Amino acid sequence: MSVNRVMGLETEYGVLAPGAPRANSTVLSARIVNAYADVVRAGGGQLAGTPWDYSDESPLLDARGWRVRRSEADPTQLTDAPRELTAEEIALIDAVPQNALYDDEAPAARPSSRAVDHLGDALYREEPESANDAGGRLEGEHVVMNMVLGNGARLYVDHAHPEYSSPEVTNPLDAVLWDQAGDRVALAAMEQIAAEHGDEVLLYKNNTDNKGVSYGAHENYLMPRAVAFDAISAGLLPFFATRQIICGAGRVGLGIAGTETGFQISQRADFFEAEVGLETTIRRPLVNTRDEPHAEWGKYRRLHVIAGDANLGQVSTYLRVGTTALVLSLIESGRAPAVALADPVAAVARISHDPGLRTVVELADGRRLTALEIQEIYLDAATAWCAETGSATADPQTADVLKRWRATLDGLRRDVSSMASTVDWVAKHHLMNQYRDRHGLAWDDPRIAAMDLQWADLRPEKGLFRRLEARGRVERLVTEERIARAVVVPPEDTRAYVRGRALERYRRHVVGANWDSVVFAVPGRRGVKRIPLLEPGAGTRRDIGALFDAQLDVAEFVDQLAASVDTSA
Amino acid sequence: MAQEQRQSQQQQGASREQTAQEALQAEKSTSAQQQAQLNEVDDLLDEIDGVLETNAEEFVRGFVQKGGQ
Repeated sequence: MSVNRVMGLETEYGVLAPGAPRANSTVLSARIVNAYADVVRAGGGQLAGTPWDYSDESPLLDARGWRVRRSEADPTQLTDAPRELTAEEIALIDAVPQNALYDDEAPAARPSSRAVDHLGDALYREEPESANDAGGRLEGEHVVMNMVLGNGARLYVDHAHPEYSSPEVTNPLDAVLWDQAGDRVALAAMEQIAAEHGDEVLLYKNNTDNKGVSYGAHENYLMPRAVAFDAISAGLLPFFATRQIICGAGRVGLGIAGTETGFQISQRADFFEAEVGLETTIRRPLVNTRDEPHAEWGKYRRLHVIAGDANLGQVSTYLRVGTTALVLSLIESGRAPAVALADPVAAVARISHDPGLRTVVELADGRRLTALEIQEIYLDAATAWCAETGSATADPQTADVLKRWRATLDGLRRDVSSMASTVDWVAKHHLMNQYRDRHGLAWDDPRIAAMDLQWADLRPEKGLFRRLEARGRVERLVTEERIARAVVVPPEDTRAYVRGRALERYRRHVVGANWDSVVFAVPGRRGVKRIPLLEPGAGTRRDIGALFDAQLDVAEFVDQLAASVDTSA
Repeated sequence: MAQEQRQSQQQQGASREQTAQEALQAEKSTSAQQQAQLNEVDDLLDEIDGVLETNAEEFVRGFVQKGGQ
């Protein structure tokens, strides 16, 4: 019983080109990924664009024990095939002067050939006509849609957003560190575009445009396959409905399109329609059943959590991940509290809509409790079980998460605004209230709506959260120096170590990578060598660090790595 | 004995006075602290006035995303 387990965070960033309001968002996202490839190349570090290997993806496999037929799936569920760009889109990113294309006001400034005019039209179209147009797949071209980074992360174009998927880590503090590293990667890409092309492609760490659309910030937790999925969803639903009070990101406007006036706790709350399900883009469920462990199938499942907000705050991220890891431990030991809600989906929205935290929701057994009370029940269960198993004293991070969880709930109960330096939604709410007071603004004033979006702007000089952070008004857990290091260096205690280090050292020979394998081409040998990494806790510095220190050539390295992986499996 | 008592009363008086002075000091420093906090908030809100998109309405209208996961 502790907060330690293999985990990882994913962020889909909101993307905006202020100078080109109708720009194709897939093209913008690809520009971000390619700009970061340029950053990496410029740094003389690893080359970019190692092809993502899709062979371990199974997005249609349901944890409840069945597979959805491909023909019945929503096209957005088919994440096991590379997104292919049209020839037009490729040319847009690569060949055509960006300024000319983005200049909506001055079509005369565009290059005049018919072909390029046609490209211009494509940029302004919402949907590419067909993903299968000539031009083929990006991996074969010099436009990069997918990168594996030297820190073990994946940066890629996911539908219409750039996404950073952090490397696998083993504890909440490292999850914070490599999640923050993703925000610095995103910032570096934005700055690269501004420096190289003189235009702006801006990224936002939020989850909705307040016009009916949402995009995710997902969490992944490794669990033993033996735990029954029913027990997982039963244990998680009341927790997911209520954890927003300690880690929601705050949102202006109620309802999916934000049409009702007011402030709510969570970015995502209004977008859930089901309790449990396989989808992530439609009929969004609170508990997602995607069964794609990226690890040994018989032994593990990867719990894919889509019911959370993207956090800018380090403490909010830490608590989101740390408390969830504790609840998973409770579920695994059969110690999850019995607090089933009568209607979890409705409860999420009702709780989110009350920043005063007084809303009472009904339990299946007829009790009526606030979100604070339900969270306290989970915390008490975790505290008791940690005391029983001795982990509260044995593991400092577990003790710290318990302490902060308690302090946060106590603080929220006493005076909500007292948590403004650690809880993201409280920080936002508090700042907006001060600003509203000064200018006499209502919640539906456009300036407040603008603040809500600009809050999540990743630029240090523009983002409102970043401004609070610069003033020391929000608490940090990791320094800027450590984050900068995590941008280039993988965690040492998971397989992300071998992925990241192999890319750094043997880049020219790594021809593919994904979460659970790295594929090498060894000069003079036929075919390629796939090194399976089905054990997320193997391939660590302790396991194979010596191989990197030994100055091996690639053939020796691959052979010794293969042998070492065989032994650890 | 009486003298001792008087002395002790004087001491008590002195310490009472001291306490009152301390309280006054504390109050002053609290209000100074509060003032500093207010100034800081003012400064922060000035800054937000400065960095907030100048045409808020247009910025909000233009922030259109496509759906994600």
